Amino acid sequence: MSTNTTAEQDYFIPEPSRWPAVGVAGLFFTVLGFALWMNGVGFGPYSTMIGGAILIYLLFGWFGDVIDESLTNKYNSGVDRSFRQGMFWFITSEVFFFITFFACLYYFRNISLPSLGGEGHLATSNILWEGFKYSWPVVNLPDVTNYTQIIEPMGPGGIPAYNTIILLTSGVTLTWAHWGLKKESQSQLVIGLAMTVALGLFFIALQAYEYFHAYTELGLTLNSGIYGSTFYMLTGFHGFHVTLGTVMLIVILIRSAKGHFSEENHFAFEGVAWYWHFVDVVWLGLYVFVYWL
Amino acid sequence: MSKSKMILAVLASLLLTTLAGTAYADYALNFPEPVAPLTQQMYDLHMLTTKIATIIMVIVIGIVAFVLIKFRKSKGYEADQNFHKSTFGTWSWTLVPIIVLGIDLTIAGSATDALQQVEDYSQKADVTVKVIGSQWKWTYEYMDDDIRIVSNMLPKEEAGDNYLRAVDNPLVLPTGKRIRFLHTASDVLHAWWVPQIVYKKDSIPGYINETWTNIQKEGTYRGQCAEICGTGHAFMPIVVEAVSPEKYEAWKAEKLMVAEAAAAEASSDKTWTKDELYARGEGLYNTNCSGCHQVNGTGMPGVFPGLVGSKIATGDIDAHINIVLNGKAGTAMAAWAAQLNDLELAAVITYERNAWGNNTGDAVQPADLKSARK
Amino acid sequence: MNAVIHETDHHHDHKPTGYKRWLYSTNHKDIGTMYLVFALVMLFIGGAMAMLIRAELYMPGLQIVNPDLYNNLVTDHALIMIFGMVMPAAAGMANWMIPMMIGAPDMALPRMNNMSFWLLPAAAILLLSSLLVQFIPGTGVPVNTGWTIYPPLSVQVGMGMDLLIFSVHLLGISSIMASINIVTTILNMRAPGMTMMKMPLFVWSWFFTGLLLIIVMPVLAGGVTMLLFDRHFGTSFFDAAGGGDPILFQHLFWFFGHPEVYVLLLPSIGVLGLVIPTFSRKPLFGYKPLVYFMGFLFALGLVVWAHHQYTVGMSLAVTTYFMIGTILISIPIGLMIFNFIFTMWRGSITFETPMLFAIAIILMFSFAGVTGVMLAVVPADLQYHDTYFVVAHFHYALIPGAVFGLYAGVFYWLPKWTGHMYDEKLGKIFFWWTTLSFNLTFFPQHFSGLAGMPRRIVDYNIQYIEFNQVSSIGAFAFGLSHLLFLYIIIQTVRGGKEAGAKPWEGAQIGTPGLEWSLPSPPPFHSYTTPPEVK
Ligand code: HEA
Ligand code: HEA
Ligand code: HEC
Ligand code: CUA
Ligand SMILES: [Cu+2]
Repeated sequence: MSTNTTAEQDYFIPEPSRWPAVGVAGLFFTVLGFALWMNGVGFGPYSTMIGGAILIYLLFGWFGDVIDESLTNKYNSGVDRSFRQGMFWFITSEVFFFITFFACLYYFRNISLPSLGGEGHLATSNILWEGFKYSWPVVNLPDVTNYTQIIEPMGPGGIPAYNTIILLTSGVTLTWAHWGLKKESQSQLVIGLAMTVALGLFFIALQAYEYFHAYTELGLTLNSGIYGSTFYMLTGFHGFHVTLGTVMLIVILIRSAKGHFSEENHFAFEGVAWYWHFVDVVWLGLYVFVYWL
Repeated sequence: MSKSKMILAVLASLLLTTLAGTAYADYALNFPEPVAPLTQQMYDLHMLTTKIATIIMVIVIGIVAFVLIKFRKSKGYEADQNFHKSTFGTWSWTLVPIIVLGIDLTIAGSATDALQQVEDYSQKADVTVKVIGSQWKWTYEYMDDDIRIVSNMLPKEEAGDNYLRAVDNPLVLPTGKRIRFLHTASDVLHAWWVPQIVYKKDSIPGYINETWTNIQKEGTYRGQCAEICGTGHAFMPIVVEAVSPEKYEAWKAEKLMVAEAAAAEASSDKTWTKDELYARGEGLYNTNCSGCHQVNGTGMPGVFPGLVGSKIATGDIDAHINIVLNGKAGTAMAAWAAQLNDLELAAVITYERNAWGNNTGDAVQPADLKSARK
Repeated sequence: MNAVIHETDHHHDHKPTGYKRWLYSTNHKDIGTMYLVFALVMLFIGGAMAMLIRAELYMPGLQIVNPDLYNNLVTDHALIMIFGMVMPAAAGMANWMIPMMIGAPDMALPRMNNMSFWLLPAAAILLLSSLLVQFIPGTGVPVNTGWTIYPPLSVQVGMGMDLLIFSVHLLGISSIMASINIVTTILNMRAPGMTMMKMPLFVWSWFFTGLLLIIVMPVLAGGVTMLLFDRHFGTSFFDAAGGGDPILFQHLFWFFGHPEVYVLLLPSIGVLGLVIPTFSRKPLFGYKPLVYFMGFLFALGLVVWAHHQYTVGMSLAVTTYFMIGTILISIPIGLMIFNFIFTMWRGSITFETPMLFAIAIILMFSFAGVTGVMLAVVPADLQYHDTYFVVAHFHYALIPGAVFGLYAGVFYWLPKWTGHMYDEKLGKIFFWWTTLSFNLTFFPQHFSGLAGMPRRIVDYNIQYIEFNQVSSIGAFAFGLSHLLFLYIIIQTVRGGKEAGAKPWEGAQIGTPGLEWSLPSPPPFHSYTTPPEVK
């Protein structure tokens, strides 16, 4: 990059690209498929599969172009800053996405459920649910007719505790990899990333096992009332983000192995690292508010 | 009357650019006359803010008009390029917000008393009515007496000019008593609103909201459901009949007697003939069920199933009883167990099984319902 | 390699051709044009729905549509006007003007820019199919919920709701991407010497708009996702029997929905910040306070959402907080209004079409604002809520506040965009026609609301007939005026007097921005080297 003498003047404007349109088509067929699928229309699953396939094609294509451009030094420092700022604002919006669900949890626990249980300022509501007493986790629902009964709520020990340790460790290995990058030590970078990926995969596996356990033994399902709903909404979206983050880490790992990054030019690495730390922090929130308190 | 209102409306519209909200004094263009202390307070508050709004608009329009007349290029006016550097230019950014803040606090301050009143639930109520919104009718339960009223919209032929504002069974309330309303709903959100006597609070399924009033004047007060609740949202009017406490007591006594008789009838072990049930069922069907399933039982394809020749209405009796008693979760079909008594349910079901060519010949007995309720 | 591209790019004004120029575009002006054209199309679709609504309400009784179709039209009218018309039009102007105003070669992330746009037609297809699926049997109740899609009603209705939810997801992604792009462009792409405090007000307005969208769109996405789960996967977020609360959805919706109204308003305030100084031949009065108070509005706007829910039963303390917060919003907006008036004060005013619209906005939006403050007063709102008084308030806010601002922008910048002057006489006719018919449409609705007419009803009692007839007649006239608008635009695009680089002489005194240093229409790539900023 530093070889480009006109770096400060020439902001790279890409030639017309088919990828945005491809991306739109992919998203469109995916969500259209979901909508049809949920309503039992036969074409739905196919549409989603088509959309998914297009999106995978898109990722290879678009990122491929960006990697090419990056490797042929088309990006000056201005472009690099745009990428960083773009990533920053993207993570900001993701933060608000998670804040939404934490806020919902707060709302249920401190505002609406107490009313149903006969406290707070809509306490009269309790006459509709005689016998309902509020306590968290809500094991006995106001009316269980349409829901399934929880046998046992989820505790903070065991898998969630291991997962906390795993994710915190992965943050450390990732930072260690970053140091490697700064020292231009390819092996430290690759080993660090590989460990991070492994920890990510391990986390996902444990969480999958936890879900399995919850469904089969604890009676804790999407269908078991508000505790199950919030539990799966928060941990599920988090797990989804971990999965995305792991995929991104794998891409970065491959690129590191190919020696794509240098001390000055490694926005992709940093973007993924920020994302991973963000996912990490969300987990800490989850651990405290979903499993523990 | 109606011509003049039209002309007024047109005039008022055209007047906007010169004077906002001129015609507010006439009740035809304003809230209907409030007849309870709280709605009176709200009305006064509304008049106050309207006046403030009008004054602000007069000021804004006045300044702009002056500017437009005075500072136009066609009159050769040269722009003053240093105006924003004058003392006013330097300080206006504090001046304007301070003035606006002052007006704001005046408005907010004038609202606090009424707000306290709205939220004051400490006083004991003389009458408590639970108001239940359902798609698309209102049910009133007098909490202190065992009275329930189901209130449906009157069809056009009967309601005349009050169509969409008239019901078969109005809510009857005494004047001069503190009345407490508990609002809830059985299916989706609704809002019970009779502007002259009570403001709105949403009816939320599973939760209870409160409002209260104290009606000062006998009369018939009308309102409408004020929260969108689906297909029939336009068709769930509200009528309150406010009567003197004496008349109210008399009405209550009579109502209780009738209810008692009906209950006795329903729980007696009498076996009813098909025709008796059918005849009772027809009326009940037309007030309770025809909103969705239609008077001729054809339903609305894709939305509400037709009952003509339907599997349930011509098949297994127990399945039929079950869906009417318990409804079907997740659909508009509500549970009727709490809304109709055994006799009424038996009658409706019998009617459905024999009307519109559903000639099953079955006569469902109250006793069947009684056992199904367990 | 690098150098070669620049040779071809810069020295000849070469453009890609054919469908690829548009579908694959990475050019901010082309994308801006697509946004604007899309918005125009949606204006007519959403407007046609409004015409159906007003035709149905012309008389009591059910004449044209059934209750479900009516409410579905209301739902889609609102969503199309807001997401399909106002936001894309404002984004189109941002795309066109922001890079030119701050001296940037293009938007910061040009490919993503194109994706933000093309998601809109995809979302529009989903939205329109949510309206159309009701004609296929077996798809359940139509989306008869209003644009606020409150559960439990929205859990009850049929397949259209799922299409709508996914449409909202795509719209959200589109807005977030567009906002990230715009905010990044503003922060990172300014020409040397173009400090933040030298940026035109329009750029500032979009800066805050972008921030608002980045914050609130994910919340809406979260809310509708929960709704989707309640509908299909057995969760109980909005069902009391399972421990949930329908009101929570309203909090999520309005946490998005209230800032959204400032998303609609701010770009148009930004346009006023250019139009008024231009035609007053005088710099903007109090530029700095305007910027700071816009920031204040941004912050305050985020924390007053529950004024849409006074009737849901919040505690006294919470209600009081939201009431005071909401009323305080008159401070930043009041400052804006008065600073615009003071810009005209001692100016040398001429009355071209954009200026006429600007003046109308000052008057009519102030009116919307003061009725807004009336609504903010809780005890009174317990009476106003969900009546036509609210409908009148928000059309006064939306049409003068947002749409007229966009019209002003269109007339102000058409010469720049196309290189041709529009027909001033037709522009003035359009102005008077819309302004009068707009007031005729919506002013009477204040009174039908006060008299007790609830909103979202397909049929009404005859006592409201006069108001509704006047309103419908006004609406048809207002609708027709848009055919003139279309005509003016087409005429200007196809030809007309040469505009020259500086079509408005007043701009040289009032708003001497970078954009006027480029020819009209500007070359495909605006700046080969960053421009000088004085
Ligand atoms: C562009 C869109 C826009 C804008 C800018 C606004 C601006 C405001 N709105 Fe409005 N509003 C809507 C669009 C908008 N609104 C919509 C779409 C709805 C209905 C949604 C639905 O339910 O479907 C709605 C509904 C709505 C409600 C809910 C009503 C109800 O459902 O019961 C309330 C209540 O507080 C409200 C208040 C306000 C206030 C206080 C402002 C303020 O920002 C206004 C501030 C401006 C001024 C005050 C004027 C200028 C100031 C001066 C001239 C200084 C002097 C003034 C004073 C001292 C008062 N609005
Ligand atoms: C930016 C947003 C926006 C805009 C521009 C408009 C524009 C218009 N709106 Fe709308 N409206 C909303 C946002 C908007 N609206 C919202 C948020 C709601 C609440 C929804 C809800 O309750 O959920 C609403 C609800 C709403 C209602 C209340 C419905 C109800 O509660 O039952 C009504 C009724 O009169 C109405 C009317 C109109 C009219 C007549 C126009 C006109 O200005 C439209 C004019 C434009 C055109 C007409 C262009 C098209 C021109 C042609 C098609 C040419 C042909 C012309 C003819 C045949 C005459 N709107
Ligand atoms: C608010 C609308 C509504 C009202 C009022 C209503 N129903 Fe229904 N009803 C429905 C819907 C929707 C279904 C379909 C449920 C399903 O999906 O299985 C249904 C189903 C039924 C069925 C089963 C029909 C079949 O073949 O599947 C019967 C029987 C029935 N209702 C009887 C009644 C009776 C009796 C009443 C009045 C006492 C009544 N309904 C009132 C909406 C309504
Ligand atoms: Cu009930 Cu609207
Ligand atoms: Cu608001």
